[in-house]
Amino acid sequence: MSATSGSTSDTTRTRRRLATAGFHLGAGTLSALWLLPIALVLVTSVRTFDDIAANGLGGLPHSFTLDGFRQAWVDGGQQRALINSMLVTVPTVLATLALASMAAFALSRYELPLRRTLLLLMLGGNLLPPQILLIPVSRISETLGLYDTLYALIGVQIGFGVGFYVFVLYGFMRSIPVEIQQAAVIDGASPWQIYSRIVLPLTKPALAALSALSFTWIFNDLLWAITVLRTDSRMPITASLIGLQGQYVSMWNVIAAGSVIAAAPTVAVFLRFQRHFVAGLNLGAVK
Amino acid sequence: MAAVVTEAPRKERGPQEDNEPRGRRKRSTRVPPVVLAFVLVPLLAEAFWVFWPAVQGFYLSLTDWDGVSAPRFIGLDNFREMSGDAVFRTAVLDTVLWLLLFGGLSALLGLGAALLLQQERRGVGFYRAALFLPVVFSLVATALVWQAMYQPDGLINQALEGIGLGHLTRAWLADQDTALYAVIVPALWRQIGYVMILYIAGLKGIDPVLYEASKVDGANRRQRFRHITLPQLRSVNAVVLSVIVIDSLRSFDVVWALTRGGPYHSSELLSTYMYSTAFQSLRLGYGSALAVVIFVLAFGVIASYLVRAFREAD
Repeated sequence: MSATSGSTSDTTRTRRRLATAGFHLGAGTLSALWLLPIALVLVTSVRTFDDIAANGLGGLPHSFTLDGFRQAWVDGGQQRALINSMLVTVPTVLATLALASMAAFALSRYELPLRRTLLLLMLGGNLLPPQILLIPVSRISETLGLYDTLYALIGVQIGFGVGFYVFVLYGFMRSIPVEIQQAAVIDGASPWQIYSRIVLPLTKPALAALSALSFTWIFNDLLWAITVLRTDSRMPITASLIGLQGQYVSMWNVIAAGSVIAAAPTVAVFLRFQRHFVAGLNLGAVK
Repeated sequence: MAAVVTEAPRKERGPQEDNEPRGRRKRSTRVPPVVLAFVLVPLLAEAFWVFWPAVQGFYLSLTDWDGVSAPRFIGLDNFREMSGDAVFRTAVLDTVLWLLLFGGLSALLGLGAALLLQQERRGVGFYRAALFLPVVFSLVATALVWQAMYQPDGLINQALEGIGLGHLTRAWLADQDTALYAVIVPALWRQIGYVMILYIAGLKGIDPVLYEASKVDGANRRQRFRHITLPQLRSVNAVVLSVIVIDSLRSFDVVWALTRGGPYHSSELLSTYMYSTAFQSLRLGYGSALAVVIFVLAFGVIASYLVRAFREAD
């Protein structure tokens, strides 16, 4: 091939090769810079306190130990905090998506009066700055006797999040052809059957995307947690990490290990469901 | 979720359905009570945890309240007090600065990264994932990662010394001149990958025919960017802008974890000032008034977002 091509195509090929090399150099440097802080924390988390004290945080590591993880996990209470986070996140994701998919089903498949207004009202609630809700929400949960319990956190997370998911799922469900549903109606299917047997399975891609996304959002929340919770042992991992920072000042191996523990679940979800995750962001944003 | 009902069998029953009276179709759109419940239950959950508290929040902004005794109605006094509150002024300025720097840079750099990484080629998936990975971190973990970098003996100071700029080293987070900027960097580190994903999706949505036609017409790379890419990205830009403004006004976690608004309120945002006023100083009325200010600032964005959603929902 190269023997038959003239000198002009040789220069184009060289230029293209240079461009490719330039691209990889640029993108590679950028990625390396981006990953550097993460690498630093991973390295710091397995160093000993003495090593960091002697050689500095930015110095080359001279030791390896998992002691930081043990201290964060056991003494720092992160085991408890991680369980709390899961106890909040998993039910919240499931409940929010169940409720939101029902509402989206009703709004998108039936001629409800005021359906557009309802839809936008629900989306509008999610767009409100949470700050305006903090004080009343803490008071309401006190009145209900839910203050300082995970139930309050689950409740407010569901209430605040549901509007956005309804909006996204509504857009998705509207694209399902009406004929599919009509056939089932004629066969005598109830709304519940249509919802659970027909529409929901067809909405799976959107549900997968939203669950990956909402898992990280709810798991990573700090503001609602410190608004409705007070007791340390009930705090989720984000709040516990801040506590760890106060408790182990300058013990960077423990703090770094704590950060790794707090980030691990969402990173795992991301790596496992990367495609859904990215799809979810676009799904929500295009609207 | 077990048995996915395929379309085929139902279509086979098609001919029989034609015998059904036409009125059926009409009846199927009438709303059964179950369907009403489908909407009402989520709506009530949201009303209880969002709309009702929001109304209370607005009311509380007109009161003086310590959280123990009953709230005392004082009209607009809280807002009057703000005009003389130096910390409030700092918080507003910092919030505006945050909006411009964090918002502007994340949009620009996110677009830049998207342009660099838009093409499907070998290795691009890895680069995208590298830039995107911080998006899934909690802002608290992000903050702590960067706090390690900012320490006096941390990587940033060591790197500065290494390249002969030792005189620039400082305690980045404890210095009033640098605290705010030192907090913005981690927030950017986390946000850019997110904006990049939005822009990559937008770039992929542009019809390649447009580029081919302009190439035939002799447009160069810059002209193609200026006259095709940018106009075609208009709707993504609107989304990114809304996301950024709303995110900026909500920004709390990263500042709280790094500086709590300090030193001496030099990195105070409206959101952190609101939180500390309400839950640490226990001035719940004044805190509510600060929340109202945040709401008013966000309102334009929320309204335009809803107007656009209104058009698209149809």
